[in-house]
Amino acid sequence: MKSKVQETAQDNTAALRQNTFGTQSNALATTRGSGVVGPIVSHALLTIIALIMLFPFFWMLDTALKLNSQVFEFPPAFIPSSIQWGNFIEAWTYLPFGHFIFNTLVVAVGGTIVVLLTSSMAAYAFARLKFPGRDIIFVGYLTTLMVPQAVLVIPQFFLIKDLGWINSYQALILPSAFTAFGTFLLRQFFKGIPVELEEAAKLDGCSRFRILFQLILPLSKPALAVLGLFSFIGFWNNFLWPLIVINTADMATIPLGLQMYQGQHGQAWNYMMAGATIAIIPGLIILILVQKYLVEGISLTGLGGR
Amino acid sequence: MLQKKLETNQAVIALQPKVLNSTATTRRRKLKDIGGAYLFLAPNMLGFLVFILFPLVAAVVISLFDWSLLTPPTFIGLGNYARLLGQDPVFHQILLNTLYFVFGYVPLNIVISLGLAIWLSGRIRAKSLFRIIFFFPVMTPGVAVSLVWLLMYDRSGVINWFLSLIHIQGPNWVGSTTWAMPAVILMSLWYGVGYNMLVFGAGLQAIPSYFYEAASIDGATSLHQFWNITIPLLSPSIFFALVMTLITSFQVFDQVFILTGGGPGASTTTLVLYTYQNGFSYFRMGYAASVSTVLFLLIMVVTIGQFILQQRWVHYEV
Repeated sequence: MKSKVQETAQDNTAALRQNTFGTQSNALATTRGSGVVGPIVSHALLTIIALIMLFPFFWMLDTALKLNSQVFEFPPAFIPSSIQWGNFIEAWTYLPFGHFIFNTLVVAVGGTIVVLLTSSMAAYAFARLKFPGRDIIFVGYLTTLMVPQAVLVIPQFFLIKDLGWINSYQALILPSAFTAFGTFLLRQFFKGIPVELEEAAKLDGCSRFRILFQLILPLSKPALAVLGLFSFIGFWNNFLWPLIVINTADMATIPLGLQMYQGQHGQAWNYMMAGATIAIIPGLIILILVQKYLVEGISLTGLGGR
Repeated sequence: MLQKKLETNQAVIALQPKVLNSTATTRRRKLKDIGGAYLFLAPNMLGFLVFILFPLVAAVVISLFDWSLLTPPTFIGLGNYARLLGQDPVFHQILLNTLYFVFGYVPLNIVISLGLAIWLSGRIRAKSLFRIIFFFPVMTPGVAVSLVWLLMYDRSGVINWFLSLIHIQGPNWVGSTTWAMPAVILMSLWYGVGYNMLVFGAGLQAIPSYFYEAASIDGATSLHQFWNITIPLLSPSIFFALVMTLITSFQVFDQVFILTGGGPGASTTTLVLYTYQNGFSYFRMGYAASVSTVLFLLIMVVTIGQFILQQRWVHYEV
């Protein structure tokens, strides 16, 4: 009898504790002791790890603001003796950085639109429509997830060459826009949307296209955000493929441009780091914009394996 | 309300005779549906056939030819593979380098990202800020961040300066055959742990808290709870992360290309870099294709192996 009372009391305190701290129903939280020292040490250690994670970015910006003669000083100067904001402008004039950024934006935005549009349509067909060979085709799609990019680049290179697309945007966009990943991810998500919603729309005489674009897609924002994010970043960061199909500086993307820069002006580390700093900014902006979708999207789309 | 219901009823009634009456219409509609389905599929399918499936088949075909761009290709069957496995000592080293990277990087990645995810699932302030910081490197171009690591790894760079503070003489990281690969692995860990941390974070959120409550009432220690609740219930996420991380780590390229260029010697050249060098520096297309096909086979064997092994340790029921 007594133990039962104790149990309920414990349950209550556990529930209370959860409520007061307002954390998600996580669990390890409720079992750990609630001392004062523990949390402080834990937060301090986490902060140190976070600082270590951020250090390369600090060093990038720090070097970008130094005189080149100061870059290899030992002991290193953490605060530059005179801050050279002009390095960013110098870097800009050394190599066509404007071109790099413009090219990368065209490729990343264009590529992401192609990925979202074509894979949401294909995913809808796989998730909802009945047609002969559906499951076999889908499994075929899935197995190509294992195919490394390196296997494809040699034939893709000759294909692009024969099409006369070397040094073009379509060469940068199209070969990477049709991977099975997007179709797979969206299909999983669409499968989780109740069919009843569509039945109602169908009775109202909606076409399949309208159902997809006006009903399904607005309900799939987290999945689309995650897919859009990874596509954009994939295009933005890709290096191997531009290295193969682009050979002029004015068509280069940022990663390729940086590598060309390293080849030509290998000693100007401060300018190079100014370029690298510019290259990481979009990732930061997008991350802040979509952060609330990130965890939700990963768990909803089954990326977490559930 | 009632009127609406009536209306729908009428609609259903009105619809029914059409459907029931003629099988011809249903058949026509079915065909139209199938046509519609292929229409939905067409844009993606077309791109997929042209840019993925055709190159995949072509790569295997090219790997059966001796083709150096200057001379017309000659069919040599499995000759490239025989040379790779039998006569190319560099290839053996490159295979070992790739395995060194994969088996050094993947376990550390899983352990660290799992640790961070569990840590951040506890009672931590500014959780999302920490998450963003740990995830941020994933979003950055490999070339840009490899360049700054190259600078930090310099013999008199900032990492060796930190080491000198605790009286350690740092090595010439990327210039030494011993330390180049650990340097690549370390940088890759910094670059990649954030992704799996999020995957595990999502998985942890899905574990109902009553499991832990029940266990702690029964007097289970945190360690017991970790091994008997967290790990089994998280196993689908761990499996997913393991499969994906293995597939991508076999393909490591950007870091190696910028940090070491595959050197010193060939001590950090990986399979993708060797494919690139053969194809686009030496123009031995057939040979390059056979290197990449070996990589594909390796990834396939490891992935299928994991799908077979998963039955022993992955629990899908909650």
